[in-house]
Amino acid sequence: MGVMKRVQLVFKAKANKALDKMEDPRETLDYSYQRQLELLTKVRRGVADVATSRKRVELQMNQLQQQANKLEDQARKALGMGREDLARAALERKASAQAQLNDLQAQYAQLQAEEEKLTVASQRLQSKVDAFRTRKETIKATYTAAEAQTRINEAFSGISEEMGDVGMAIQRAEDKTAQMQARAGAIDELMASGALDDAVGGSRRDDIQSELDMMSASSDVERELSRLKGEITASAPKQLEGGANGSNQGQPQNAQNAQEQSAPYAPPPPQAQTQAQPAGVPVSDLPAAEPQDGEES
Amino acid sequence: MIVRILGEGQFRVDDAATAELNRLDSELERAVEHNDEAAFTAALGGLLAQVRALGAPLPPDTLEPSDLILPHQDSSMDEVRKLLTEEGLIPG
Repeated sequence: MGVMKRVQLVFKAKANKALDKMEDPRETLDYSYQRQLELLTKVRRGVADVATSRKRVELQMNQLQQQANKLEDQARKALGMGREDLARAALERKASAQAQLNDLQAQYAQLQAEEEKLTVASQRLQSKVDAFRTRKETIKATYTAAEAQTRINEAFSGISEEMGDVGMAIQRAEDKTAQMQARAGAIDELMASGALDDAVGGSRRDDIQSELDMMSASSDVERELSRLKGEITASAPKQLEGGANGSNQGQPQNAQNAQEQSAPYAPPPPQAQTQAQPAGVPVSDLPAAEPQDGEES
Repeated sequence: MIVRILGEGQFRVDDAATAELNRLDSELERAVEHNDEAAFTAALGGLLAQVRALGAPLPPDTLEPSDLILPHQDSSMDEVRKLLTEEGLIPG
């Protein structure tokens, strides 16, 4: 015998067993109806539970996404400051946050599917319970207990199969929700441990950020320094600048001058590097970004 | 003939489709016996697709019991095994 028939027989046996317990067939109707109402309540609660769980995952996904964005931002700033090591560290953490995020997304989709299935199951059960109630009243009003038996059996088998199906759907949804919650709990712990650089939720500054802050503070000093130097250069003798623009670069006495003129594009001595930065790197944005990080939390 | 797919609802399927459904069902059964996960997934998928394609969904307020019952779309082989035992997966 095939799988389909065997499953059907298992369901049928279950229904028959419940029927056999009843002495008065009409008592079966009322008892079954009570069970149906209970199951309806249960399946609706199931839908609500899955929805709650889904929202929690949604929240976590948002947190992880923010974190990944922030880490990428840090990596970009670090690179701009020539700190590839810091950028690498930030990107490694970003990859870790992203992996968690991908994992959650897959499970989120499952929860969503489970919620939809359960919602549909709840609507279907509601229709069947309504139909059963009508049938029950008709049977009670029209037939004697003996006559009613066959009709009761029919209605009962039909609804009992549906109840078994819905009961399993609730169980499956509960299992998925429990798995999801365990997963969400583990990610909460991971975030709290700082392994994903949790600066989003707390006031604690992470190590990458504090190093970037330190560097941007020192680059502020450098920028001021180069501004002052610029003022001094501007007041330097005119004839020297003219010489640098000429074609006599081979002459030793003008070499120093030429270097000063082309400083922003040359491999930098320390003060030249800070002059070059305003062109490509938003150094001035860095200090301003700090308070914003704090406000996000 | 009425066929239920667990988690999806009931379908009325023309008796002419019985032979094809039985063929797929035998494959499913063999897969479970031989513990062949790949064959199991293929057979179950094929069976469900056939029922959905050939069957017409029953209105939700019918109270007719099904002639055949099929496992959930994403059932594992283990779940189906448990489903086949009397005290298996059906609650209540």
